[in-house]
Amino acid sequence: MTTTLPDLWEALEPLLGRVAKPARYIGCEVGAVVPRHGPGKVSWLLAYPDAYEVGQPNQGLQILFEILNERDDAVAERTYAPWTDLESLMRARSLPLFSVDTHRRAQEFDVLAFNLSSELVFTNVLNMIDLAGAPVRAEHRDESHPLVIVGGHAAFNPEPLADFIDAAVLGEGEEVVGAINEVLWRWKASGRRPGSRLGLLRELATVPAVYVPSMYDVTYDGPRLVAVTPRYSEVPAVVHKATVADLGQWPYPKSPMAPVTEVVHDRLAVEVFRGCTRGCRFCQAGMITRPVRERPAEQIASMVRSGLARTGYDQVSLTSLSTADLSDIGPVVQSLVADPTACGTPSVSLPSLRVDAFTVGLAAQVAGTRRSGLTFAPEAGSWRLRSVINKLITEEDLYSAVDAAYSQGWTRMKLYFLTGLPTEQDEDTLGIAELARRCVELGRRHTNRASVTVSLGGFVPKPHTPFQWFGQNTPRELRRKIDLLRGATERARGVQMRWHDPAASVAEGLASRGDRRVGRVIERVWRAGGVFQEWGEHFRLGRWEAAMAAEGLSIDWYVHRHREGDEVLPWSHLSAGLHHDFLWQDWQAALAGSGVEDCRWTPCYDCGVCTGYGLEHIVASPVPPAGGSQGTGQDLGRGAEVPVRLLSAAERAR
Amino acid sequence: MRAAQVPVAMSAGFTPRPRLSFGLALPTGAESTAEYLDVVIEAERMPTVPDTSTWLLERVAPVLPPGLTFDAAVEVPVGAPSLQEVVVASTWELTLQATPGLGDGEELGRAVERVLRAPELPLARERKGVTSIDDVRPSIESLVPGRRHEDLHLTAVLMTEGRALRPAELMRTLLPECDPFEVLVRVLRTRQWIDDDGARRELLPAAGAPTSARGETIWTRPIPPPGLSPTPASPRALLTTI
Repeated sequence: MTTTLPDLWEALEPLLGRVAKPARYIGCEVGAVVPRHGPGKVSWLLAYPDAYEVGQPNQGLQILFEILNERDDAVAERTYAPWTDLESLMRARSLPLFSVDTHRRAQEFDVLAFNLSSELVFTNVLNMIDLAGAPVRAEHRDESHPLVIVGGHAAFNPEPLADFIDAAVLGEGEEVVGAINEVLWRWKASGRRPGSRLGLLRELATVPAVYVPSMYDVTYDGPRLVAVTPRYSEVPAVVHKATVADLGQWPYPKSPMAPVTEVVHDRLAVEVFRGCTRGCRFCQAGMITRPVRERPAEQIASMVRSGLARTGYDQVSLTSLSTADLSDIGPVVQSLVADPTACGTPSVSLPSLRVDAFTVGLAAQVAGTRRSGLTFAPEAGSWRLRSVINKLITEEDLYSAVDAAYSQGWTRMKLYFLTGLPTEQDEDTLGIAELARRCVELGRRHTNRASVTVSLGGFVPKPHTPFQWFGQNTPRELRRKIDLLRGATERARGVQMRWHDPAASVAEGLASRGDRRVGRVIERVWRAGGVFQEWGEHFRLGRWEAAMAAEGLSIDWYVHRHREGDEVLPWSHLSAGLHHDFLWQDWQAALAGSGVEDCRWTPCYDCGVCTGYGLEHIVASPVPPAGGSQGTGQDLGRGAEVPVRLLSAAERAR
Repeated sequence: MRAAQVPVAMSAGFTPRPRLSFGLALPTGAESTAEYLDVVIEAERMPTVPDTSTWLLERVAPVLPPGLTFDAAVEVPVGAPSLQEVVVASTWELTLQATPGLGDGEELGRAVERVLRAPELPLARERKGVTSIDDVRPSIESLVPGRRHEDLHLTAVLMTEGRALRPAELMRTLLPECDPFEVLVRVLRTRQWIDDDGARRELLPAAGAPTSARGETIWTRPIPPPGLSPTPASPRALLTTI
């Protein structure tokens, strides 16, 4: 295919020597599928609105990249947010946003599709639409501009972006991208005629899991949202998320990539299951990705084997929301470490470790002889508060995990906690210091170097969770709690503390639960230069406060206010399958300090997802793995033998 | 190397690293058709092959990222001097954009003459936040200005001993008024030189070098250096980027 535009690479290449990390912009990953453009194909530019090294490892984007490129009627390339140094050079020379695969201009694509992993990237979305040469507001775009679509976890409340996007996809994209592609293919084949955009959007609005904001009218009564109403009869009143019924049918990425520069997760990733029903009430990922769907063990093994061989990686991460919960995780891990490739035994990393001795045994199996730090996330400092958030880790769980870890040669524990949780009292916060102090005490029995790092994050309530009604703590209150804990940990031997900037949590809270009126705020922050907002060096709360004031909106009302049960929430017309009544009852149960069990191993309490969507859990084992309480608070034979072999000191030294 | 299943030896210690070393670092943004890489291979895990160099080139070729090729390999004895130690100079082909500040070719010619005649050339350079003033004249062996199509061109041989002079630093010496990044449109290293008993020769010399897609010379036929011991193997590969 020939292009009439001059080669962008010729203009871009001389700039690369002048910017930091030029390898961000060249693609060239080992294993990357080569996009084949062709007449009639719908072309997708898959965008991650953050720096390359953050976005490149994103699995969602890589999966869609492959699925689209496998189709005869589609082609996909990738792009990432150019860092500010390159952006200013590009703007000075009127160079547009480009793909990293073949360095095509963004405006040569039919679709600009963003993966939204967090809310603080919203201003980068606007910046990239602008760099693509398209008007940022959807109403100003016409048939000559690419269609702007968003997906990913933060797209479950796309209302703050409603003015800028053409459509949002709720849930898992594997099947939806095909349905969207077919609609776009017909539109493209009919010539993208002037005036055809409205018809296209109307048709897209009827595709399951596709939400087209411009097809809905929003009514307010003062600050209150009253209703979000479809403008046409065929447009659904509620848009439901898409869920892949069987993960085993989607063994992607089949051709994983190894980048030529360092990225944040620089290892092979194999997704071992999707969904989590632990029921942690603060966790949006767990709520919106139900039910649990495990990948068959033999498929995991073959994806690891072929992925390592293709990429040359010597490390694989078994990803999920709680990998130790995979049925038969022990044998799966065992088979990986017992299957050395020509280049030795692959190292296996298990992110999102559960807090119990069983998990430590697993970690010991895969960690080899290099044992420095191990991370656990008890999230709250007292059993009472952990019952409120439904993270049902007993103190025995934590101490047995920590004791096992120190005894197995680890010297540093990192403990993650949230502060600003519903019903939190100062004694809960101070409980964190006590837990950390006891952990160090346990560690000193094994090593003099034992230390614990407490990492404290400010809690931001998220849509589609039981905490969606909760008023977020003010930065002042969060700072007070941080200081309280700092005071309590300062004198504790071996305890260090780290914390997140409470100011950034305000902007995150605003973007997370905002409505369409917050869109103008995001636009103002972007126009004032506020890009890369999740990077400390670029974030300034003042920009957000000034933008809110200029729009006459109250941060207190949007962020710190408790919502009422009968309130229409900005995402009330968007569904992750969870019944409103389930979420409300779970919120009330939280306030009463009452936990719920994990429904993959216990009878269904009907949150709405499986019953509503005709889905079910796909798990290889109907019972939880033995050892510890598994964070369920249930007695699962605690004290029973941990079914993994712990290495002796002599073996570790080898 | 892992995807090619080459049994690269690992360093000892708490964080073992593959024993690969590139010798002279190539500045960010520069291209090269003459990069060298020392690869230490673990003899125990090495399959029996008739010729290690050919084996290495064949294994690595299919897994290299686009734009990177291994052109030649030769075995050197373990303990041979490192690339860093033996390379004394490298040749650069610099393509300069005819910007207003740079003027025409005559101006570049005058700048070259001035620099080559100067007894010393003090240049302020920063490294790790510390600025030092160095005489960089001894780092410049030769400069030949020219013209290639509509661009100006400069062939530079720069010494690499001590603190090597980077092409961008050379430009600051030659044309202090110009932003080196505005002027330099292409920086290409084409040769790395060693001192062989007073004679200059390339690390892996070649005869009848073919040209790459962009018209640069690449080398294909290695001549093993004298005193090569057959085992243990440690191929020194010539790596070029085109």
